[in-house]
Amino acid sequence: MKEVIQDIIIRNSDDYIINMGPQHPSTHGVLRLELSLQGEKVKYVVPHIGYIHRGIEKMCERDTYQQIIHLTDRFDYLSAHMNNEAVCLNVENALEVEVPERVKYIRTILDELNRLASHQLWWCAFGMDLGALTTFFYGLRDREVILDIFEESFGSRLLHSFNTPGGLMHDIHPNFQKRTKEFIKYFRKKLPEYDQLLSNNVIFQMRTKGIGYMSKEVAISYGVTGPSGRASGFSCDVRKNHPYSAYDKVDFKEILDTTGDTFTRYKLRIAEMWESMNIIEQLIDNIPEGDYTAKMKPIIKLPVGEYYQRVETSRGEMGVFIISDGNKFPVRVKFRTPNFANLFVLNKIGSGNKIADIVAISGSLDLVIPDIDR
Amino acid sequence: MGIKIKSMKNEDFLDNSTLETLKETGDNFFLTTIDDIVNWGRSNSVWPLTFATSCCGIEMMAAGASRHDFARFGIEVYRASPRQADVLVVAGTIVHKMVPILLRLYDQMADPKYVIAMGACAVSGGPFFYNSYSVLRGVDQVIPVDVYIPGCPPRPEALLYGVMQLQRKIKSKSITNPNEVEEK
Repeated sequence: MKEVIQDIIIRNSDDYIINMGPQHPSTHGVLRLELSLQGEKVKYVVPHIGYIHRGIEKMCERDTYQQIIHLTDRFDYLSAHMNNEAVCLNVENALEVEVPERVKYIRTILDELNRLASHQLWWCAFGMDLGALTTFFYGLRDREVILDIFEESFGSRLLHSFNTPGGLMHDIHPNFQKRTKEFIKYFRKKLPEYDQLLSNNVIFQMRTKGIGYMSKEVAISYGVTGPSGRASGFSCDVRKNHPYSAYDKVDFKEILDTTGDTFTRYKLRIAEMWESMNIIEQLIDNIPEGDYTAKMKPIIKLPVGEYYQRVETSRGEMGVFIISDGNKFPVRVKFRTPNFANLFVLNKIGSGNKIADIVAISGSLDLVIPDIDR
Repeated sequence: MGIKIKSMKNEDFLDNSTLETLKETGDNFFLTTIDDIVNWGRSNSVWPLTFATSCCGIEMMAAGASRHDFARFGIEVYRASPRQADVLVVAGTIVHKMVPILLRLYDQMADPKYVIAMGACAVSGGPFFYNSYSVLRGVDQVIPVDVYIPGCPPRPEALLYGVMQLQRKIKSKSITNPNEVEEK
């Protein structure tokens, strides 16, 4: 019989409890962690959420499918493009629309560019959590180069609702390919700097190695996906297991590790950045000519039924579940966001550590709070 | 040496000219001279609080980082404690559960304190969320706001411009009532 992994928190009246957050620089937003301390050891961690709950799922019920896309930007604003794509793919699959090859290639490139930008910002924030402010300036220096590419093509730096059901809003800028290639060339030189600055730092390694161990069983039973799950040996890459867009045409590795501590999760994201650049390089010269969107009706009505589509965002598996009754508005939309699952493993892997290690562990899970609360 | 700093043209600044005219309408010479010195100091060292609820926080981080570097304008360093901060940049949506915490943070800040509402959510409840059951429709319903910066999210340059407007506003204030709040 399989062992059931349980996570029962027993509160006592004489616990010494402190609150970390909602306004705390290391919680990356407005998350409140209830920490019970025994000296400097943490007995348990209870995450309290809801400080940025905007009711997006409810709002989706009053919106058309084109309008929902703009709301999905605001979940995980660092992987806005992937979130858009999840809704678009779902609608396209439901309508059985075949999108042009050009769209698939561009979407995949943008996914990976967005993943790079997201991991860069995570690297900045993770270094800053552990007291290394230098990473903040180096990481955001390189991120601005990607944002320039985004800005030129979509007119927006962060939240570019560039996908629509059926394709893209408009065609990419003529400079897009040239600038992306320049960026890859530039970033291939800069990424080893990240290792020199932080990965090989002795203090950093002492603060992250052997801390916050997550086994494969825990990762699977809590549904921890993305780089955090893959660092524990859980093969959960949607790009590999259920390819969408042009991921079936590229040759890339799913990076797996089995150590499962904080440092492994860090190393795995650095390795993912290399892999993302490989994917972009394979696609950027081969973007086929063609339309940037398929022919779609102005009012989209999904056939009656239930539809599910998942994509791999930079933090894990993002799923969109739509129930339609044939109208132009969905009856119910449910989002399976990666950070919600990733957050609640914090008590399992965090309790028993020192209070300063909680910062390192939650930083290595790469949480984005509006993605949790929606 | 060869660096040419482009400053803002004077006529670009005139869109809010009531700020300066308020200052010009009479006060005694001694007080205004002290005012000038104190305001020069205050306006060039507004330290923000790290208070980012959602997407605008990323642009706020970008504004503080390498390219946009808003330490040039005296927004030198983000403080994690409200007791050390001068300006509260409300970057992101404020929901009803967050309102008591926002109020507590505002109360904990030492006078003189300023508030910048950054982004559509803080200004008016957002481009999409204003109809939601849980979203506060603009932070000016609970705390007084000095500068509004529209955009979703605003560019870092927009935040810089907002900060420059705040500095103008600080310069027009008097030490006798530094934190005057316009009555509604």
